[in-house]
Amino acid sequence: MIINHPHLGPRDAAEFIYLGDASLIDRPDWQDENATEKFYEYGYLRNNPAGEHQELWYHEQGDRSWLVVTRNTLTHEITKVEMARDVARARGRSK
Amino acid sequence: MRYSAFKIFTQGLTGNKGWKPVWREPDPKPEYDIVIIGGGGHGLSTAYYLAKEYGLTNVAVLEKGWLGSGNIGRNTTIIRSNYMLPGNEPFYEFSMKLWENLEQDFNYNAMISQRSILNLVHSDAQRDAFIRRGNAMFLAGADAEYADEAQLRRELPFLDFDNARFPIKGGLYQRRGGTVRHDAVAWGYARGADSRGVDIIQNCEVTGIDIENGVCRGVQTSRGPIRAKKVAMCVAGSSGRVAAMAGMRLPIESHVLQAFVSEGLKPVLPGVITFGAGHFYVSQSDKGGLVFGGDIDGYNTYAQRGNLPVVEDVAEGGMAIMPMIGRARLLRSWGGIMDMSMDGSPFIDKTHIGGLYFNGGWCYGGFKATPASGYCYAHLLARDTPHPVATEMRLDRFKRGHIIDEKGQGNQPNLH
Amino acid sequence: MTQVNRIDGGQVDRSKEVKFTFNGKHMRGFAGDTLASALLANGQRLVGRSFKYHRPRGILTSGSEEPNALVQLRSGAHQEPNTRATVTELFDGLKATSQNHRGSLEYDLMAVTDLMSRFLGAGFYYKTFMWPKAFWEKLYEPVIRKSAGLGSLSMKDDPDSYDKGFIHCDLLVIGAGPSGLSAALAAGRSGARVILADEDFTPGGRLNAETLEVDGMSGADWAAQAIAELAAMDNVRIMTRTTIYGAYDHGIYGALERCTDHLASADGKPRQVLWRIYSKRAVLAAGSTERPIAFGNNDRPGIMLAGAVRTYVNRFGVTPGQEVAVFTNNDDGWRTASDLAGKGVNVTTIIDTRDAPAVCDVPGARHIRNAAVMDTVGRKGLKSVTLTSGQVIPADCLAVSGGWNPNVHLTCHQRGRPEWRDDLSAFVPGADLPAGMAVAGAANGSMTLAAALAEGRSVANEQIKDLGFTASRKAAPKAEDEPRDCAPMWHVGESKNRAWVDQQNDVTVKDIKQSYREGFRSVEHLKRYTTLGMATDQGKTANIPALAIMAECTGKSIPETGTTIFRPPYTPIPLGALGGRARGKDFRPYRLTPSHDWAEKNGATFVEVGNWLRAQWFARPGEQGWRDSVDREALMTRKSVGICDVTTLGKIDIQGKDAAEFLNVVYANAFGKLPVGKVRYGLMLREDGICYDDGTTARMSENHFVMTTTTANAVLVFRRMEFVRQCLCPDMDVHLISTTDGWAQFAVAGPNARNLLRKVVDEAHDISNEAFPFMACGEVTVCGGTPARLFRISFSGELAYEIAVPARFGNSMMGVLMQAGEEFDAVPYGTEALGVMRIEKGHAAGNELNGQTTALNLGLGGMVSAKKDCIGKTLSQRPEMNRDDAIRLVGFRPVDRSLKLIAGSHFINKDDEAKMANDQGWMTSVAYSPSLGHSIGLGFIKSGHERMGEIVRAVSPIHDTEMDVEIVSAHFIDPEGERLRA
Repeated sequence: MIINHPHLGPRDAAEFIYLGDASLIDRPDWQDENATEKFYEYGYLRNNPAGEHQELWYHEQGDRSWLVVTRNTLTHEITKVEMARDVARARGRSK
Repeated sequence: MRYSAFKIFTQGLTGNKGWKPVWREPDPKPEYDIVIIGGGGHGLSTAYYLAKEYGLTNVAVLEKGWLGSGNIGRNTTIIRSNYMLPGNEPFYEFSMKLWENLEQDFNYNAMISQRSILNLVHSDAQRDAFIRRGNAMFLAGADAEYADEAQLRRELPFLDFDNARFPIKGGLYQRRGGTVRHDAVAWGYARGADSRGVDIIQNCEVTGIDIENGVCRGVQTSRGPIRAKKVAMCVAGSSGRVAAMAGMRLPIESHVLQAFVSEGLKPVLPGVITFGAGHFYVSQSDKGGLVFGGDIDGYNTYAQRGNLPVVEDVAEGGMAIMPMIGRARLLRSWGGIMDMSMDGSPFIDKTHIGGLYFNGGWCYGGFKATPASGYCYAHLLARDTPHPVATEMRLDRFKRGHIIDEKGQGNQPNLH
Repeated sequence: MTQVNRIDGGQVDRSKEVKFTFNGKHMRGFAGDTLASALLANGQRLVGRSFKYHRPRGILTSGSEEPNALVQLRSGAHQEPNTRATVTELFDGLKATSQNHRGSLEYDLMAVTDLMSRFLGAGFYYKTFMWPKAFWEKLYEPVIRKSAGLGSLSMKDDPDSYDKGFIHCDLLVIGAGPSGLSAALAAGRSGARVILADEDFTPGGRLNAETLEVDGMSGADWAAQAIAELAAMDNVRIMTRTTIYGAYDHGIYGALERCTDHLASADGKPRQVLWRIYSKRAVLAAGSTERPIAFGNNDRPGIMLAGAVRTYVNRFGVTPGQEVAVFTNNDDGWRTASDLAGKGVNVTTIIDTRDAPAVCDVPGARHIRNAAVMDTVGRKGLKSVTLTSGQVIPADCLAVSGGWNPNVHLTCHQRGRPEWRDDLSAFVPGADLPAGMAVAGAANGSMTLAAALAEGRSVANEQIKDLGFTASRKAAPKAEDEPRDCAPMWHVGESKNRAWVDQQNDVTVKDIKQSYREGFRSVEHLKRYTTLGMATDQGKTANIPALAIMAECTGKSIPETGTTIFRPPYTPIPLGALGGRARGKDFRPYRLTPSHDWAEKNGATFVEVGNWLRAQWFARPGEQGWRDSVDREALMTRKSVGICDVTTLGKIDIQGKDAAEFLNVVYANAFGKLPVGKVRYGLMLREDGICYDDGTTARMSENHFVMTTTTANAVLVFRRMEFVRQCLCPDMDVHLISTTDGWAQFAVAGPNARNLLRKVVDEAHDISNEAFPFMACGEVTVCGGTPARLFRISFSGELAYEIAVPARFGNSMMGVLMQAGEEFDAVPYGTEALGVMRIEKGHAAGNELNGQTTALNLGLGGMVSAKKDCIGKTLSQRPEMNRDDAIRLVGFRPVDRSLKLIAGSHFINKDDEAKMANDQGWMTSVAYSPSLGHSIGLGFIKSGHERMGEIVRAVSPIHDTEMDVEIVSAHFIDPEGERLRA
């Protein structure tokens, strides 16, 4: 596969390490009510869709950036690649 | 029709015209006691044991494609019970014992061949871990043997002992491990279930799961609705998709595992051999092909195909331990979709929805589990309590913090 | 033997005679021959034996679809089993032997299976060999295994080398036949970067095998001219002897180039190169494959595909027979008859299944309409054929044509399904092609030469226009549309005798009918039950006829019955090529520590630690084995001072205003209040609450920390920290850089550590116990100004430091330290002594931090700060991870001190039976403690911290042994920690 890195252009997927669903960005707050339940869902449950999937890839043999790649799990077609940091900020994460 | 050498003889004399269909091709009835979704190995063995051991025959197995088209039809055919943890080892040893009597039990030669499995050891820490595992196997009533380098040099002189990047220091044998003709397992179970009255319905895709007031009442299929008192999901690889019909999210990701077979060769490998410093496992089929595999591709996918880097990685592993296979040729490769679970161990459990049951999360070790998985799932469906060897394979174990993580990799499915 | 079947013409080079042997028989051919054409030239019709029935077999095809003519090529370690004679280029000195027979090829003892074939039908083995149970592995299976398989491996290491490479292009053209050449010309002329790949050694495809003309010249001449034009273009790369074997995601194709297989010796060059071709677009121009018709005894040597017969005559100047009959259901078969007749070969009969007039005039040949062959005679070579009418026609060669199948294989590699076209009676590529791929020519169902040439050009032009190139205006080459009418016939129903469909695996029409009868009706069941299409030819000539015969049984149409889809590789690929250079010592790269050279010169034995090589111990003269060395190193370190290269530990530089806050997130314990100039032990959890890694982190200044990780987890910890930084805390002002390779780091441990370091660290730096106490850190200089970092940390439990210098000084630093230590009898120590001392001190390492244990298990539960969040905190609080009887890390010693503990033994209470239900835990690490004089161990046992002094059994049934052990503190040496604070 080839991942079109937002800064570096098309790179072979073998340069990257795969982590999983981009929902891993949405780490719950430890002081929330039901934090344990929320962490359980965060840590263990996955949508695992057959189709479009937002997922985290790490450019280990490159610039070490984490990317959010939108890829179809039926066809492997990649339709979007974003910097994970931008996605995290857009989802409300800060410090 | 009972199979035997005599039967083959009499049929041969009469032009092989008298063989009967191995299974019926029934239309679905409007209602069953139990509907099993998935006519792969585990679904068919569940049906077989429901009928044979628990006397439940008003059962249908619904299969989207052809029976046996699950991962029973695409794997590297290895059986073993060389696990370590109490949540796993008794279950896999139970499975091994079922394998050992299976052919006589269902009157079908699945070529169960206990020619041993060997896990190579390349470091002292690995040896310690394998000794721990071997001892756990003994404690669960299985067999294990630790072979040192000198013994392996005698037994497997073709391994690369003298020029290896990661030297071979020994290995953990399970002599009762081996291989099975995988398709025959599906056919044997299907034949046994069918002859006892189970309806195996091929080309029947489940399109919906009917849930009324938190209770499952049946399924919608491409061949119409079917009511059922109990609905049993058994679709490892597609668990995410089927469970989604019941609104469930699972502790599972779907990944592709590639497998490979070489051209036919005269016998070179006695049993199963696995590399301990890379991802490679290999055996030789009775037809002569080297059957081998390695790691999963590592990304979520439902496409039954993989990519080149893993193909090369697997071949590198093979060449690293046995450079004599360099001139053997890769003949076919294929990809199967695996339910990769969050701790590498499976689930056989009720769901939170009444009448809906779940069997899945087998990662890439489901084949060897086929008999025990079916037996334990049948037990659960018949008795509504877990079978004694499957008490830990529960869906709520992560919530409780009871993790069955043989490899110690944590909640990242592609590492298991 | 003379070349009895050599005739005039063809493209072989008659000036270059080539000698070779087959089964030891000396034969001759010409440069440009394949082994198959040369064997035919020499009149060798019998070439091999089939898989199951050991039937005598000859040559069926002239290409990579060959099921029968498999030989073992070369000898010794170069022996190559299952090699297709039809694609093997002849070279001088070639040695080939036939395979899969016991006794000689002519008199194979295993042929007895053929006589018993009625009892060995489809799937017979599933129905027997079950009794008695133990006989399977002992008797039945060994017999089956020995008779199965085809060729043999030499069992010697593959002596050749293989390379790998990446190449990029705008357009990959797969196949250099008419449509591929036309496509490459069009794209090449536009300026696009083109790769043209073909599996043959002479490009041109069928153009070399036909007598058709292009642009007024012979097809072969036109192909040569086209290749010359392409070769002159800088933007075009022509790759002959190169098979595109797989279509992978995003335009990546796998290719195998055979570099030296056509030479007698590789001469040190790589035998083959595995290419990964990164294409923006691709044109599949893979042509088509002729299919046979099944009839009784249709597998005899001398029965060949009609197109192949034509190839041997036209391209190689070899006639497969002296008395040839043609059996066809289509117009194309007639071309074989007319080409042969044109070359003076005696074509006696044309048997056409159709009730139609002659397609062309074939002098001297009888035309029998509306007829079919139903049986043949000639066990080791065809003698005659019998028609459905009963008429017997003498023939030593029967050319069979059942029509042509487009080579859609690569279109299916991403699960695309081909579509049936009734007018062609064949599958053509479906709509669901791999992204970027288009198909042209016969592969696309454009079966005539003119259509292939035109389509190649137009498809290539569309592809390159998409990429922004301007198509050249040059017109497509001109040729005529030859007649292609075909009336499908898959098998001759009147045949009484077995009619082969899959020749290599011996699957007959009867087997397919039996498969149907027994309910194995889906294509997948058929393949799996009968083994059809599973042989080395992957069913290239068998799959479609089998599907058609199954369709006949079910009464459904062929597309309703199923399709066959194809998976990589297109043709089999040697595992050596897939492995490339990554074998032997080059399997993975080596990482060497900075003091590697020093260690090598000083007697180190090295051990693989991940990709690192570390010194394991340093043997001294007179020592009787590794234990002597290790004991000495540990004792001398504890007595005076020892030095160990610990560079392999991961080092991460952490800087930024939020660095301390960041560490609070990644570590379980708090780092916010760590003073500048201090080091703290840090414990890292995974998000699931399991211990992940440990190490130390030093605060060099307010916003600058230096972290160490374990060797094994260096890369993984860094990756996770980047995840936290970028994905969880994107606005934190913190930056990470891995400096593992940047700094050489040495542990200097033992009571004389300070005295030694005082001689190395420049005087300006006060390293007294008061100024530089336990857990202090700082920047210093050594050896008169060389920058260094000093950490007072201890893994051994002794007064100890770790000193880091820029990696380039590492090797000399080791020498400097050892020199400075001479007066203290300083010793270098390796990983074994390191391990001994850490076990003596009760420190957890990889065997304890194994990814299954919690902070509570390790006795570090108190380190998980209650006041702050951290990765893993919440999930570490789940109830079953905090059970009262959770396992705890403790120490063990044998009750009988002379016994050796065994790592991996399990603990069982004194009076319990040794079974899993009674399993109390296991021994993780053991060592002989030279300080204590006996074996010691660490291990996990239920509620271990409350069981000090209890005796339990450490059982190791795998060694058939057990011993009583006492539970003790894990801190065997200096439990109060006085030494390290000294």
